[in-house]
Amino acid sequence: MTESINHLEKIKNSLSRRNRAEKRFRWYGRTAIFIGLAAVLVLFTDIVNKGHGAFRITYIELEVTYDQDRIGVNNLTDPKELTRGNWEALSKTALRTEFPAVSGRSDKRELYGLISSGAGFDLKDRLLENPRLLGETERVWLLADDDIDTYYKSWLDGDTYSARMSAKQLEWIDELHQQGKIRLQFNSNLFTRGDSREPEQAGIRGAVMGSLLTLILTLLLSFPIGVSAAIYLEEFAPRNRWTDFIEVNINNLAAVPSIIFGLLGLAIFINFFHVPRSVPIVGGLVLTLMTLPTIIITSRAAIKSVPPSIREAALGMGASKYQTVLHHVLPLSLPGMLTGAIIGMAQALGESAPLLMIGMVAFIVDIPGGFSDPATVLPVQIFLWADSPERAFIEKTSAAIMILLSFLIVMNTVAVWLRKRLERRW
Amino acid sequence: MTQLASADKKKRANIAKPTAMKSLEVEGHEATVGKVFTDNPKMTMRNVNVYYDDKQAIHDVSIDIAKNEVIAMIGPSGCGKSTFLRSLNRMNDTVDICRVEGEICMDGENLYAPKLDVVELRARVGMVFQKPNPFPKSIYENVAYGPKIHGLADTRVDLDEIVENSLRKASLWEEVKERLHQGGTGLSGGQQQRLCIARAIAVSPEVILMDEPCSALDPIATAKIEELIEELSENFTIAIVTHSMQQAARVSHRTAYFHLGRLIEVNPTEQVFTMPEHQLTEAYITGRFG
Repeated sequence: MTESINHLEKIKNSLSRRNRAEKRFRWYGRTAIFIGLAAVLVLFTDIVNKGHGAFRITYIELEVTYDQDRIGVNNLTDPKELTRGNWEALSKTALRTEFPAVSGRSDKRELYGLISSGAGFDLKDRLLENPRLLGETERVWLLADDDIDTYYKSWLDGDTYSARMSAKQLEWIDELHQQGKIRLQFNSNLFTRGDSREPEQAGIRGAVMGSLLTLILTLLLSFPIGVSAAIYLEEFAPRNRWTDFIEVNINNLAAVPSIIFGLLGLAIFINFFHVPRSVPIVGGLVLTLMTLPTIIITSRAAIKSVPPSIREAALGMGASKYQTVLHHVLPLSLPGMLTGAIIGMAQALGESAPLLMIGMVAFIVDIPGGFSDPATVLPVQIFLWADSPERAFIEKTSAAIMILLSFLIVMNTVAVWLRKRLERRW
Repeated sequence: MTQLASADKKKRANIAKPTAMKSLEVEGHEATVGKVFTDNPKMTMRNVNVYYDDKQAIHDVSIDIAKNEVIAMIGPSGCGKSTFLRSLNRMNDTVDICRVEGEICMDGENLYAPKLDVVELRARVGMVFQKPNPFPKSIYENVAYGPKIHGLADTRVDLDEIVENSLRKASLWEEVKERLHQGGTGLSGGQQQRLCIARAIAVSPEVILMDEPCSALDPIATAKIEELIEELSENFTIAIVTHSMQQAARVSHRTAYFHLGRLIEVNPTEQVFTMPEHQLTEAYITGRFG
């Protein structure tokens, strides 16, 4: 009797010990998740904090007279004359009209510094769009210089940064502010322009297009090649020393540092095949090499997850191996393959190291229109901006990171949604 | 690969049998007893040996399958009855390490002749598997798949007719005619298995192989399938592997008893279950092992 009580007692003791262990383990898990989430949260708040300012930019309202003599252009349809035109004169004259008291060369230079050096070209575009403005006068909001932009935003936030402003410039801004002639507007340039040395004129359109073109090429090359390789290895290849060797090497390739692929691309595509550098073609080729192992491995896993009973059923019906694969295995494994491809693409979208090696790090102002136009990509653009000394590039860098992250989040969401949507039960 | 693993497991399970059984083990080669050969054979197997790598799964089996008969293959786990059945339509080809020796003929034609195309063979020898395995497609598509890939139907109307006839023969038509275009995997287990039978007979095979077709089904679904087998035997030759002796007794005309890869006895079913010739058969059907 006592023995059995002892026995129960022992079980009870061990029970509370086991329960404690389980509780502890749960808390470890919760802490781990909390740390992970907190890290993501800190990262996101930091980026959003720094980057949200870039979506608005300072404009100054000035009275502009489209004086034909000052521009020095007679015929607005002649491109040669347009290039020769002195467009900056328009914004400079407007500034002098706004502040007639300013005289002396250095004062004038400071005055001209209020407005972005690209403002003249904005006025030119405006005039070309509406030629009847020639000779007329109108009030226009002109893009402010990046130093003014930085100062004005910091001043509005109550944390004034005026290190790059002269005393006179501070005075003028104050005056403009009192008259309501300076304000923040939505920064559409960020989305419509290519890169620029002037932060206020820089946009990510060029990098987005470059990324898009590069990714299209990567997808077009890596998905068919990767899926074919996976199907062959999984369904047709004999199991022998050679296929084992290939399998080991594919797995190894997936672990190769991406910059090595860049070197490979430089040596093979550019130096040997003479593909032009800095273009989406060579970028796409290099990223294809990089994503192939990922796509092959995920596709093989997807093929493996198709139950063998389906293959037996098809083969037992007298379907050839090819028909079995095409009619049954492929449709069933396609969701997994697509998910793998999207994840591979997301990886390629975020990749910068191999592209640095093949010249996609060049400073390119024009927005690429085709696969053979020089281009850069989003992560490299972020790298370039982070490397620039102008203070206004800080918020631009964070804004570009936000845009890149939102692309990645969208792609991963699509991958999850696809998997849920196409997944079949049997 | 997995098949090899399970075959291995089965073998190991056999080796682990209690030593008291020793007297019942097969020693050396013994000829199969009973009525092994028939006058009107559909399929003839002579001295068939099947190997997985260097392990022999089937030892020197010779047997005839007569036209329009239902032959049941019974025996304890791992006795090779499934392996033997799968070598009749060369499903073992999909297992890399599997090797078949000997002669397996249908209507006098060697099934393992190099110039024979397995695709054609499997259209003539259909198969129903242990676990119902309909394609994750509609009921209609499941049945129409075979005729489509073999080009048996010229028009949509022909195809519709084949599908309806096959489903009727599998006594599934009444249950599914309203939902032909819904998924085949949404059916109950028994219905799924009848769908697989309908799928197999849609290409009008001459022989249907059934590998424990009822082992995953409840008794009512099993009864339906058994009834179906009886009806089908009017038009088809059927070889069925079963774990259930009662099933063999109910559906088959002849019964073959396999033991450790050897064919021990083949006799008319009634005789096997009442007066078995071989002591091993007797031991098995009286439940001394299995």
